[in-house]
Amino acid sequence: MRTTDTLSSADRWEHIQARLGINRMLHRVKPGLYTLGEPDPDSPVFVTSNYKLSFDALRSSLKGMSAWILVLDTHGINVWCAAGKGTFGTNELVKRIALTNLRQVVRTRVLILPQLGATGVAAHEVKKQTGFKVEYGPVRASDLPEYMKTRKATAEMRRVRFTLLDRMTLVPVEMLGYALPTLIAGAVLYFLGGWFSALALVAAVLAGAVLHPILLPWIPVKDFSVRGFILGLLVMIPFLVASLTGSQGALWLRLLKLVPIVLGYPTVTAFIALNFTGSSTFTSVLGVKKEIYRYIPLMAWFLGISVVLTIGFAVAKALGG
Amino acid sequence: MFNSYTETTLRYDPDLCINCDMCSEVCPHGVFIRGAETARLINPSACMECGACMINCPTRAIIVNSGVGCATAMMWAALRGKSLDEATCGEEIDSHGSKNASDCCGGGSDCCG
Repeated sequence: MRTTDTLSSADRWEHIQARLGINRMLHRVKPGLYTLGEPDPDSPVFVTSNYKLSFDALRSSLKGMSAWILVLDTHGINVWCAAGKGTFGTNELVKRIALTNLRQVVRTRVLILPQLGATGVAAHEVKKQTGFKVEYGPVRASDLPEYMKTRKATAEMRRVRFTLLDRMTLVPVEMLGYALPTLIAGAVLYFLGGWFSALALVAAVLAGAVLHPILLPWIPVKDFSVRGFILGLLVMIPFLVASLTGSQGALWLRLLKLVPIVLGYPTVTAFIALNFTGSSTFTSVLGVKKEIYRYIPLMAWFLGISVVLTIGFAVAKALGG
Repeated sequence: MFNSYTETTLRYDPDLCINCDMCSEVCPHGVFIRGAETARLINPSACMECGACMINCPTRAIIVNSGVGCATAMMWAALRGKSLDEATCGEEIDSHGSKNASDCCGGGSDCCG
């Protein structure tokens, strides 16, 4: 199969779709061996996943180069996540080398893999089973031209980052993912507490899906749940002020009305923030597990109390209280 | 306070290390660096337990309980009656051949695509 180092407008349109999570499992490339330019048996062999964004990032980074590209079948999942699952793994690589007859097609016995593929591939195993030496290139395909000059990755090339741009790229898919649940819960809240409650929910969700990814490194708290809760509280300030100045009646009743604002809505933000751990590039299994055990029970209490109170206020209002 | 990420399950035995340099090469967070005689574990708390060093260590000098540090996947695993350690990303084909899409990859994560 042949491919090129240039991206067409159709490619770019598909990238936008992928970034928005549209047809997200369908952005696939056929697994197998591709030629880029006019490779000879000594040209370098690059290995990638069959997720379109991964494949395109690789080929468009190899501008003007002649090379072989071995695409593994990762079911349309990117290299790092597929490596975590083992689909970008030793077995698939060994199998794909055999299926494509790579040993006969090329003379080189070196495969250049993306560094993040290392989570699924045991280099010494591949060497033992196929004779190919696995060489881990840089984390990012864009560093490949520099890497190919010396075949050595700098410490910087070996580090995963989570830049503002990386995080902003995730915002659309975050927002779209929470759109439907927010719409449904917002409609329910509108019937219970009017526009005030519905808007508070939207604010809380946006704080989790938009503000949290963007502001992540600048809020000096490590736990995602707590960071989310703080952000949730911040966006609740206008609602808090509105509730304090707008409501009448006994002091205890006015204070009780603040409970969902102080506990309930920020919990929504906290939960969304906790779910961002999977999108981040640095959270450990043990840490996330600790967060779940620490904060999920608390979140359930906060949310439960708030839901009961919100329903209570709505019932009282309907009864003319 | 409010930091669940201070310790990890990463364990390293320098006595087994043959200084092949693979761990410092594959680690995306600079947890290991090349040393004079053995690899040096310099930043253990930055470890995200991805397992790349362990699987590429030919002498099993590194042990880590690796997996996905993804709350969504873990909570879905819990809802399906599994342990949090059994969490995986993306759609799984279960033993009955049916797809079991965990919300991880539909809920908003870029992880799985």
